[in-house]
Amino acid sequence: MKKINRRSFLKGGLAGGVAAAAAVGAAKNADAAGDFGGYPDSMGVLVDLTKCIGCRTCEAACNKEQSLPMPDKPFNDMSVHEEHRHGGLPRRTTEKAYTVVNKYEVEGREHPLFRKVQCNHCQEPACLTSCFVNAYTKTPEGAVIYDPKVCVGCRTCMIACPFYIPAYSFSSVINPVVKKCIMCYDTRLKFGRPPACVESCPQQVMTFGKRKDLVELAHRTIESRPEKYADHVYGENEVGGTSWMYLTSVDAPFEEIGFDVHIGKQPIINYVKEFLAIVPMVLTIWPALFTGFHLLATRKDAQKNEESAS
Amino acid sequence: MKTFVAQGLKPVDSLMKPGANSEWTLKEKLLLGLSPGDYMKQLVRNPFNWIFAIIYAIGVPVLLGRFYYGLGWATHGSYDYPWGLFLGWGLFCMVPLSASGFMLGTTVELFGRKDFKPIERLGLLNGLLGYLFAVMFLQVDLGQPWRLIYPMFVSLGPAAVLFLVAWHVATYLSVQVAELVPAASEMMGWKAPKKFVKSIVLGLTVAGVILSTLHQGALGALFTYAPGKVHPLWYNYSFQWFHFFCSSIFAGLSMLIVVSTLSKWFLKWRCDANFTKNLDRITLGLSKGASLALITYLIIKLTAIAHDNEWGLLFTGWGQWYIFEICFGVLLPLFLYTVAIRNQSARIARFAALIAVLGILLNRLNTALITFNWQLYQEIPHWREVVITITIYATYILVYRACLCRLPILFTWKGDAK
Ligand code: SF4
Ligand code: SF4
Ligand code: SF4
Repeated sequence: MKKINRRSFLKGGLAGGVAAAAAVGAAKNADAAGDFGGYPDSMGVLVDLTKCIGCRTCEAACNKEQSLPMPDKPFNDMSVHEEHRHGGLPRRTTEKAYTVVNKYEVEGREHPLFRKVQCNHCQEPACLTSCFVNAYTKTPEGAVIYDPKVCVGCRTCMIACPFYIPAYSFSSVINPVVKKCIMCYDTRLKFGRPPACVESCPQQVMTFGKRKDLVELAHRTIESRPEKYADHVYGENEVGGTSWMYLTSVDAPFEEIGFDVHIGKQPIINYVKEFLAIVPMVLTIWPALFTGFHLLATRKDAQKNEESAS
Repeated sequence: MKTFVAQGLKPVDSLMKPGANSEWTLKEKLLLGLSPGDYMKQLVRNPFNWIFAIIYAIGVPVLLGRFYYGLGWATHGSYDYPWGLFLGWGLFCMVPLSASGFMLGTTVELFGRKDFKPIERLGLLNGLLGYLFAVMFLQVDLGQPWRLIYPMFVSLGPAAVLFLVAWHVATYLSVQVAELVPAASEMMGWKAPKKFVKSIVLGLTVAGVILSTLHQGALGALFTYAPGKVHPLWYNYSFQWFHFFCSSIFAGLSMLIVVSTLSKWFLKWRCDANFTKNLDRITLGLSKGASLALITYLIIKLTAIAHDNEWGLLFTGWGQWYIFEICFGVLLPLFLYTVAIRNQSARIARFAALIAVLGILLNRLNTALITFNWQLYQEIPHWREVVITITIYATYILVYRACLCRLPILFTWKGDAK
């Protein structure tokens, strides 16, 4: 419903036709966006990391579903788990791979743990709120999709995404755009079908369902096996909640397998609100204030002129 | 040019040719009153032009390459550092250093401080060119520069901070062009535009203040989108915009001092007595403004740390880097400005201004690049990125020089159009 707000506001802003109106709107709109807790019936995915064996089947499925170019190493080559990018960090999502599975050796654990990375489809996506051409949409089904036809390539969304997800097709000269997982929206989610990666997984690591049911399921799972699962559903509350959520094992807490646990519960837009709130203030107070200053300053001049004349 | 002036040439500074009863033609005005041959001679004689020539010889092919082979060729094409030097330098450094336009407009037109009049136009020009080239840098950085107007007319995202920046920089650019119309009309001998701008100058200036407050602040607010990525010492979601706005005040003033000093040194032939005689006094006046802004900035910087209770972080490696930035970029210029004002020494003030400018560069680069992703890794810009940045900056300097030589900025135009 908030989306309608945004649209109807826009009309108002355009009717006003000036930057000022648009800027006031920005603040209003951000407020509206801030209380947007997500669509009630949106779908989500619960990822049970304890089950993942790092086989990369989901990577292959995603590659095929999204018609991405073939990578240099085939999907059954497990040496990629040892690969490191700049700064000793494990692989990340790129313009050619919307999802990657990374291996984590955790101290005190016999087996490594694997973590699948893709867009988390936040309830209040930072990418969406930071984009100045409104390229992103959070669909009622829960996916965060984007319109590459309007993307200007400012890459603010990449700055804003707290999970370092959106990639950019730097290699393209004519039409570089943002690239990221869209939860298989066009081909599957729209029709109520689970994403390709979810369906392909031989270990059934991922459960697809309504987000609110998944939250419940996650807590039930933890309660039933407290000796196995860490008591934390990552994504339930992080940055305002995400559609993809994770469970991990007690002996491999989230911070040790590459999750940012200091990310906070506030949606990213909340941090920007303080600024957006001053915008209408400056717009309304400044003109009066500075014209007042001007009158004061020049009155002295005028007085002086009078005095010297007399 | 110096040589020609020494030989008795008088550069164009009025509509009519001195002594004769004819007007300068446009071509003569553009060639500074020299014959084409002489003009070429002075171009070749100037050693700076040789430096520019070398920069262009290397830079232009690389710049063209950026559009032919794409961003991935010119930069590291990093997903973790989506913004590199083009924005880190071209947007986040150029814009605060160009805040002089609205500062001087406010001082002279709003506060009625006519004593700053001789430098007002230089302030405005510094603002206009800085913004113009910030947009140039943006055009090089955008993946699809031809979609620049999309946020304005095609698909609007009004809740985004960058939306505000885009609109405001665009509107403010037009305001600044309007503010400089009088200078251009004097040179061209137009009358109506100058009169028209004079009649709306108050409105323009107020618009300038509003737009500047907001977009200078907005540049800071852009980083509030990345709470986990900018180092906490450089990040504060309530004060970020105010830090950027407040520091832009002394950045703009200090840059103006630096530019006026450079003009005094290298374009002496173009400065008239009104400018040279008043410059020392004005420099000290600007220093006062800058030091007030510096004190405010220092206080709010410390408040931000107290507010988030980040004192402990000061003892880390990043903390020391932060302390260095504050000492070098804020305390040192503040101290120097105070000494300068106390001793009425414009020379010290000029030195202080230089340090303040460097301090701002350090702060903006720290926020945008150096401490960005402090938990991941540091990235050194690709050499092609550096070359392109230098090339565009060189163009900025060239255009700047060309304007100063021709428009009545450093000198007063003699005789208005009839
Ligand atoms: S994870 Fe990043 S890219 Fe995905 S919706 Fe959230 S903010 Fe956007
Ligand atoms: S890069 Fe594209 S999608 Fe991302 S914020 Fe900019 S315009 Fe929007
Ligand atoms: S949801 Fe679809 S697009 Fe996203 S990672 Fe899975 S297969 Fe790829």
